[in-house]
Amino acid sequence: MGGSGSRLSKELLAEYQDLTFLTKQEILLSVHVVLAPHLVDNEQQARSGNEHTGKPIAENTNSSPLSTRAHRRFCELLPQEQRSVEESLLAQVPFEQILSLPELKANPFKERICRVFSTSPTRDSLSFEDFLDLLSVFSDTATPDIKSHYAFRIFDFDDDGTLNREDLSRLVNCLTGEGEDTRLSASEMKQLIDNILEESDIDRDGTINLSEFQHVISRSPDFASSFKIVL
Amino acid sequence: MAQPLAFILDVPETPGDQGQEPSPYDESEVHHSFHQLIQEQSQWVAQEGLELQQREQEATGSGQQTLRRPEGTQSTATLRILASMPSRTIGRSRGAIISQYYSRTVQLRRRSSRPLLGNLVLSARPSLRLYDLELDPTAREEEEKQSLLVKELQSLAVAQRDHMLRGMPLSLAEKRSLREKSRTPTGKWRGQRGGGGVFSCCGRLRYACVLALHSLGLALLSGLQALTPWRYALKRIGGQFGSSVLSYFLFLKTLLAFNALLLLLLVAFIMGPQVAFPPTLPGPAPVCTGLELLTGAGCFTHTVMFYGHYSNATLNQPCGSPLDGSQCTPRVGGLPYNMPLAYLYTVGAGFFITCITLVYSMAHSFGESYRVGSTSGIHAITVFCSWDYKVTQKRASRLQQDNIRTRLKELLAEWQLRQSPRSVCGRLRQAAALGLAWLLCLGTALGCAVAVHVFSEFLIQSPEAAGQEAALLVLPLVVGLLNLGAPYLCRVLAALEPHDSPVLEVYVAICRNLILKLAILGTLCYHWLGLRVAVLQGQCWEDFVGQELYRFLVMDFVLMLLDTLFGELVWRIISEKKLKRRRKPEFDIARNVLELIYGQTLTWLGVLFSPLLPAVQIIKLLLVFYVKKTSLLANCQAPRRPWLASHMSTVFLTLLCFPAFLGAAVFLCYAVWQVKPSSTCGPFRTLDSMYEAGRVWVRYLEAAGPRVSWLPWVHRYLVENTFFVFLVSALLLAVIYLNIQVVRGQRRVICLLKEQISNEGEDKIFLINKLHSIYERKEREERSRVGTTEETAAPPALLTEERGD
Repeated sequence: MGGSGSRLSKELLAEYQDLTFLTKQEILLSVHVVLAPHLVDNEQQARSGNEHTGKPIAENTNSSPLSTRAHRRFCELLPQEQRSVEESLLAQVPFEQILSLPELKANPFKERICRVFSTSPTRDSLSFEDFLDLLSVFSDTATPDIKSHYAFRIFDFDDDGTLNREDLSRLVNCLTGEGEDTRLSASEMKQLIDNILEESDIDRDGTINLSEFQHVISRSPDFASSFKIVL
Repeated sequence: MAQPLAFILDVPETPGDQGQEPSPYDESEVHHSFHQLIQEQSQWVAQEGLELQQREQEATGSGQQTLRRPEGTQSTATLRILASMPSRTIGRSRGAIISQYYSRTVQLRRRSSRPLLGNLVLSARPSLRLYDLELDPTAREEEEKQSLLVKELQSLAVAQRDHMLRGMPLSLAEKRSLREKSRTPTGKWRGQRGGGGVFSCCGRLRYACVLALHSLGLALLSGLQALTPWRYALKRIGGQFGSSVLSYFLFLKTLLAFNALLLLLLVAFIMGPQVAFPPTLPGPAPVCTGLELLTGAGCFTHTVMFYGHYSNATLNQPCGSPLDGSQCTPRVGGLPYNMPLAYLYTVGAGFFITCITLVYSMAHSFGESYRVGSTSGIHAITVFCSWDYKVTQKRASRLQQDNIRTRLKELLAEWQLRQSPRSVCGRLRQAAALGLAWLLCLGTALGCAVAVHVFSEFLIQSPEAAGQEAALLVLPLVVGLLNLGAPYLCRVLAALEPHDSPVLEVYVAICRNLILKLAILGTLCYHWLGLRVAVLQGQCWEDFVGQELYRFLVMDFVLMLLDTLFGELVWRIISEKKLKRRRKPEFDIARNVLELIYGQTLTWLGVLFSPLLPAVQIIKLLLVFYVKKTSLLANCQAPRRPWLASHMSTVFLTLLCFPAFLGAAVFLCYAVWQVKPSSTCGPFRTLDSMYEAGRVWVRYLEAAGPRVSWLPWVHRYLVENTFFVFLVSALLLAVIYLNIQVVRGQRRVICLLKEQISNEGEDKIFLINKLHSIYERKEREERSRVGTTEETAAPPALLTEERGD
C-alpha cells in the first residue's frame, strides 16, 4: 500500500479524495485495477473464478501473495513512466478492458455506464480519472442526488436529455434480457411503458425528464443501496 | 399570474442569433420564458421558412412520440425547441449542469451569509442573455457560465467549496480545473467583500464545523468498514444472491452488535466483580460429563453462568475502582459494591439501552423506507430501481433478469385484474380459501401451544424423569421440533391459497410464523413463572429457568444445523440427482430471519437468570453465519419472489422490537416485581421481590445521612409515583400526534405541488400548440407570397393577449 501510495503523489491523492466520494484505499485500489489491468486478468485466470474481486483491499494491508505479486508487477510496469505519474494517469484504457472487469462483466448496462463516464472525444475509452468518477458515483457515500443523475444518464440511451418511449423500451429489454424468448411481448411492453409514463410523467409531455426521474427515484428507498458497485 | 408577466418584462429584445440552429448541445437558455423561445423561433422561421416546409412534412409522423396531447401535429422546429428546453437539457449537457449548480451555490451563499440586497440582486440574477450576442454561443457561454460559477465558488469557504464540487455531476477533470480556478484569488475576494465578513464568517465557521464532523464521521465509518470482518463474505453474497439474501446476513450482524453491547455491560458490572470476589462454594464441584454442554446443568450450575452463583452480600470493594462506576458514585462516598443492586440495575440499564437503540434504529429505518406519498408508481419504481448493480456473476445476473421479468409480468397482470375486477363468485371463493387457511394456521398454533402445555405438565408431574440429565432435554427438543415443523405446514397451506400480490404473501407467511412462535413462547413463560416456581419451592428456580433457556438456545441451534443439513443440502442432492431438476432450493429469508428473532427473544428472556446467555448467543450467531454462508453458497439459489430489501429490514426490526423485545421486557418486569425470589440462592435471596433491592438501598441511603437525601426523594417521586409515568407518556403521545399532523400537512403540499406541475405541463402544451398554429399560418402566408418577412412581430403580441385573459 505504501509503495503505490508514494507513486501517486500525495497532493494528487488528496485532491482525488476531496473531489470524489472515495476513500484512500479505494483510490489506490483503482490505480491497481486501471493502470495494471492485465495483472488483474492474470490473477483472475490464476484464481479460476472471480473470487479475487474483493480481495485486493484486504491484501493491501496484510500482503498476501496476490498483493505482493500484483504490487511488484505494478512497480515493474511503472519506472518508464515514473517521471510523470500524472501523464500515465491520463492514458486511456479502452472499453474492452474496463468491460472485462468482474464488477461490470455481468451488468447489462455496462456499455452505457462506460459511455456516460467517458470523457474522450470518441467516447470509446476511459481515463483513470473517468474510472475514479465511475467508482465515486457507485460508492457507498455518494449522495442520492448524484446517483440518480447518473442513473438517468445511463438510462438515456440516445443521449437526448429525456427518457422517451424508445429509451424506456430499451431499458426494459436490458432488465429482462435481450433474447427473443426473454423479452416482453409487444403488447406487454406498450402497456408497461404507458403505465410508467402515466405514473411518472407529471407534466404530461410524453417523456420523463431528469426532475421527474429523480422524483420517482426519491420514493424508492432501495435505490441508493442497489446502485452500488463494490470494488 | 404575476410571475410569468414579470419574466416577460425581464427579457431583453435580442434581434440577433437567428443563424444558429439550436443544436442538442445548445443549452444556453436557463430561463423559463417561452416568450423568448417563441420570438426567436418565429424570426428563425422567417428566414428559413422554405427549408422548414420540407422538413416539417417528413417530421409530422414522429411528433406523436414526444408529445402526447397535440397528436401528430409537431414539426421539426417545434421538436427542436422542445429539445432545447431547460428541463430537458439539464440531464444532458455540461453548461446546464454548471448553471444549475451556479444557482444552487448562489442560494447557498444567500442562506449562509445574507449579503446586501443590491449585491444579491446583481449576483443572483445574472443576465445570461447578454452572452447570446456572441458569435459562437455554445463555447463562449459555457465559458462565461463557468467563470460565474468560479466566482461564486470563490466566495465560499474551502471546505464548503469542496463539498459543493464533490456533489456536482461533472467529470473529475472539470472538477479539478474548477477547483484550480477558484482557488487562487480567495484572499483577494474575501478582502473585497469586507462588510459581509462577520456574517459569512459565522456561517462559514458553522459550515466548516458541520463538514468537519461529517468528514470525521465518514473517516470513522470507513475505518470501521475496514475493520469489519466479513466484508468480503458479504460482498460475495451480495454479488451472487443480491440485496435480498444480503439483508438476512446484515440482520444477523445487527443482532451480534446488540448482544455484544448487552454482554459488555453484564461482564463489566456483574460478572467481573463476582469473579474478583468469588463466594465460598457450598460443596465440591461436580464432575463434568460433557452432556452439560447441552443441558447447562451439572457442573455448570454453580458458576457465573447462572443466577444462583451470585452473592447477596456487598462486595467489599473500595469505591473508585473502574468496575463500580454506575452504582457507587463518588458523592455517595465509601459505599461498598452492592451486588443485588448492581445486578438489578445493570440488567435494567442493559435493557434500557437496547430499547433506545432498537427504537432509534427502527425509527431511522422507517424514515428511510417509507416516504411521504410513496404509495403510487410501482411500475416506474420497478423499472428504474430494481437492478442490483452489486451482482457480479453471469448466472446471478441472468437470474435477476428472470426475476425482474416475472415481476413485471405479474405487475401487468395485477394491473389488468384491477382494471376488470373479479366476479362475486370468484371473490367469495377466494375469501373462503383465505379464511380456511387462516383457521388452519391458527388451529396449528393453538394446537402447538396446548401440546407444549400438556407436555410440560406431564414433566412436572413425573418427578422420576426429572432426575436424569438427558430427560431435561426432552422439552426443548419437542418445542424445537414443533417450531421446525409447523412453518413447513404453513408453507404448504400458503401454496394452496390464492394471493393477489406476492408481497402480501410474504407478509402473511411472516405473520403466521410469528403467531405460532408467540403462542409457544407464551405458554413456556407461563410454565416457568407460574408452575415451575410453585413446584421448585426450596430450590433455586431461577437457576432452573436459566438452564432451561440455555437448553432451548442450544437445541434451537442444533435443530437449525440439522435443518440446514437436511432441508438444504440433502434436498439439493435429491433434487439434482434423483429428480434431475436444475433448480436448487430457495433460501427462505423470512423463515430464517424469524428463527433469528426467536433465538434473540430466548436470550433476552434469560438475561436475568443467566447473565452470560448473550455470550452463548454471540457464539451461536457466529457459527450460524458461517454455516448459513457455506450452505447458501453451496446449496441454495436466490429467492424467486421479489423482495423489497429496505421495507423488509424495517419489518424485521419492528418485529424484533415489538413482540420480541417488548415481550421479553414484560416477562422480566413481571419476574422482578411480582415473583418471590428463591430463598436459597442468588443475590435477592432475603427479599420478597427483586425490586425490593432498590427500596432497601433507598432506605439505607435515608439512614446514611442528609448528604444524599435527594436520592430517596428522586426515587419516591419519580420512580414510585405514577404521575411521572403518565406525564411522560402523555408527552410522547403529544409528540407522535404532532408528527402525524406534520406528515399530513406535507402530504397536502405534495398534492398541491403535483397539481401545479401538471398545470404547468398543460400550459406548456398549450403554448406549443399555439406556436405550431403560428407556424402553420405562416406557412400558408408563405405559400401565397413567397419571400416576404414582414409580419414577424405579430405572434408574440397575440400570445400576450391570450395570457392576459
